Amino acid sequence: MSDDRKAIVLDGTDTVATMLEGGEVGHSLAVEGDVELAEEIPFGHKVALRDHERDEAVRKYGEAIGVATEPIRAGEWVHTHNCDSARGRADGANADAAAGGGRS
Amino acid sequence: MNTFEGYRRGDGTVGVRNVVAVMPLSVAVSAVAARIAEEGPDRVHATPHQLAADAPEATLEQTRRVLEGVATNPNVGGALLLKLGTEAVDGERVADAVAAAGRPVETLSIREEGGTAAAVAAGEEIVDDLATETAGARREPVDVSELVVGVECGGSDATSGLASNPAVGEACDRLIEAGGTASFSETPEFIGAEHVLAERCASEAVREKLLAYVERREAAAELMGADLRGAQPSPGNQEGGLTTIEEKSLGAIAKGGTTPIRDVVPYGADLPTGEGLVLMDTPGYDVESVTGKVSGGAQVIVFTTGRGSTTGNPIAPVIKVCGNPETWERMGSNMDANASTIVTGGDDLETVGERIYGTILETASGRRTAAEVRGLREFAINELQPNELGYFEGEPDPAEAGGS
Repeated sequence: MSDDRKAIVLDGTDTVATMLEGGEVGHSLAVEGDVELAEEIPFGHKVALRDHERDEAVRKYGEAIGVATEPIRAGEWVHTHNCDSARGRADGANADAAAGGGRS
Repeated sequence: MNTFEGYRRGDGTVGVRNVVAVMPLSVAVSAVAARIAEEGPDRVHATPHQLAADAPEATLEQTRRVLEGVATNPNVGGALLLKLGTEAVDGERVADAVAAAGRPVETLSIREEGGTAAAVAAGEEIVDDLATETAGARREPVDVSELVVGVECGGSDATSGLASNPAVGEACDRLIEAGGTASFSETPEFIGAEHVLAERCASEAVREKLLAYVERREAAAELMGADLRGAQPSPGNQEGGLTTIEEKSLGAIAKGGTTPIRDVVPYGADLPTGEGLVLMDTPGYDVESVTGKVSGGAQVIVFTTGRGSTTGNPIAPVIKVCGNPETWERMGSNMDANASTIVTGGDDLETVGERIYGTILETASGRRTAAEVRGLREFAINELQPNELGYFEGEPDPAEAGGS
């Protein structure tokens, strides 16, 4: 009946939610806050809960899972096209951005 | 419900299966080993692998450790070691270890037998004898504290971190509370989550070892001039919604539960019984990782999947836990436990975790898994790669360098 799409936010500090069903442009999310999908997002993929600046940490599970490689607006799909790992890279890029990464 | 029915071995360990293992020492005899096992009774299983007859010292040492570990896994009732006759790995030491573990063992050389046809004929006779000799083993009630459960994930997607992994973690917490051991591995999948794991280490020495293993795997990848991101997350993981290695790792570590990390051991090394949560340093390749834990003594493997993995193991039953509702629908016949109801909203983690714990005990007592019913028995031994050798030989193993 409603256009609400099920999604899950795993921690209060998370900046993304995970879709528990696929959604289309204009669908709203059945999570706290007022987020509307800006594009089609498949099941299991992530949606930004708020705006991210370039190089800002993307958070899920209450931890940094990577950095935004371009500005991401709330409601947009967050995946490899706009979010990159801060770890396991040969070039060492993004290492400083791994907020809470615990490297000594 | 904290007991299972297992086979007490001569060395005091407890098996959950009574396998006669046909184990090649090198790739040169892998096909012959498979042939002998095919002709034998149902519980005769081969462990074919791809490792060459000769290799650098560090590679040989790891291969021997794994062959010895697998051959003395409590699920092995008896073993036939097969060689061409040129293998550099110390087969006699492996045979001595099996005998010392109170299990019958025979060794067969293809060169000494006079070719593969003669070796297959001789091998068939030996496995028939071993099957007869081990047929008298009977299950008896055993406390769950003697159970070592290896935990693995493969074909991960976003549901792995949301459903199957935390549900299996719940089952691990129950197992450990009852006195058992759980072990998870795949060091590349600690990357990005090692600070969370480090906080859970039982001592400073274990913490240092864990971080050294993670650093070594990351550095070994960097030595290749490539980075881990091509393989982690894999294209399949990415299609399933996992964007970065950090995201995959944070979801992956949930499968070990929430108890303190008691130790971290090298690939294929002994996993102590009754010790709670123990990690193993393994590659991310799931079949090799499972072999490492079976070599460590795990009698049962619990394997989570989102996209749908079907692999088993020749020595240990592999319980498949699926967290993706679509995959459960399409591939349910290859699965043993459904965690997808957590995603669809029907069940909470505790309920599913308790169910998985029950499945572990039933499987340990003899209930066959989907992979066993279908004869799926994948096996692979990790071979140290040249870049790892360079790194591994220059640095002492963290397990030896650490304060344990």
